[in-house]
Amino acid sequence: MRILYFAWLRQKIGFAEEEVTPPAEIHDIAGLREWLATRSPGHAAAFADAKQIRAAVNQDFAAPDHPVAAGDEIAFFPPVTGG
Amino acid sequence: MARILVQEALFDMATESAALTAGRTDIGGVASFLGVCRGDDALAAMVLEHYPGMTERALGRIAAEAEARWPLTGCTVIHRVGRILPGEPIVLVLTASAHRAAALEACAFLIDWLKTKAPFWKREEFADGDARWVAAKNDDDAAAARWSVKNI
Repeated sequence: MRILYFAWLRQKIGFAEEEVTPPAEIHDIAGLREWLATRSPGHAAAFADAKQIRAAVNQDFAAPDHPVAAGDEIAFFPPVTGG
Repeated sequence: MARILVQEALFDMATESAALTAGRTDIGGVASFLGVCRGDDALAAMVLEHYPGMTERALGRIAAEAEARWPLTGCTVIHRVGRILPGEPIVLVLTASAHRAAALEACAFLIDWLKTKAPFWKREEFADGDARWVAAKNDDDAAAARWSVKNI
């Protein structure tokens, strides 16, 4: 599973992407977010406020209960601020 | 089919507008929105980050939604990324239609939706070396929501 980070999540974690194999019981975005938060102090800081985090699965916005699977491209980022 | 560009380079609104109407006799009006980088609070630059791949996909969907809702005869969306200086353009939306209402409404819809539904993030860099990520505004969510709760 490929994980991408953008904006201040990327800065707090210290890199833009990583390849991970979460435990079998991780089956949705919310679970993955909680598991990723345990990987380093940077991850913990980045994921500290779940309300400030949005996600995409395979380049489509995804809600916290969206399923995740091996082979997915999953991105975490703050609310968007373009335009 | 909309013309959608995500680029670092500057663009020229007049050139884009002329290209949209060149050789056409079915266009009765072109509406435009040009977003420009303001230089508030000693801003040195705005740095636009995006999600390559998803950005183009999201903009394509938003433009397709506009084309489904209004009878557009032309549509251009250009969004810059990278380092943008105060006074420089950030984003351009052009919509063409036989009549003004469709062009004006579709243009407002496109800018409202792309602010809340396309993966761009702004970071402000100041003259004193300070930098901060721009926070999302509730006003932008409200502006997007007025075009109905339908999701894409």
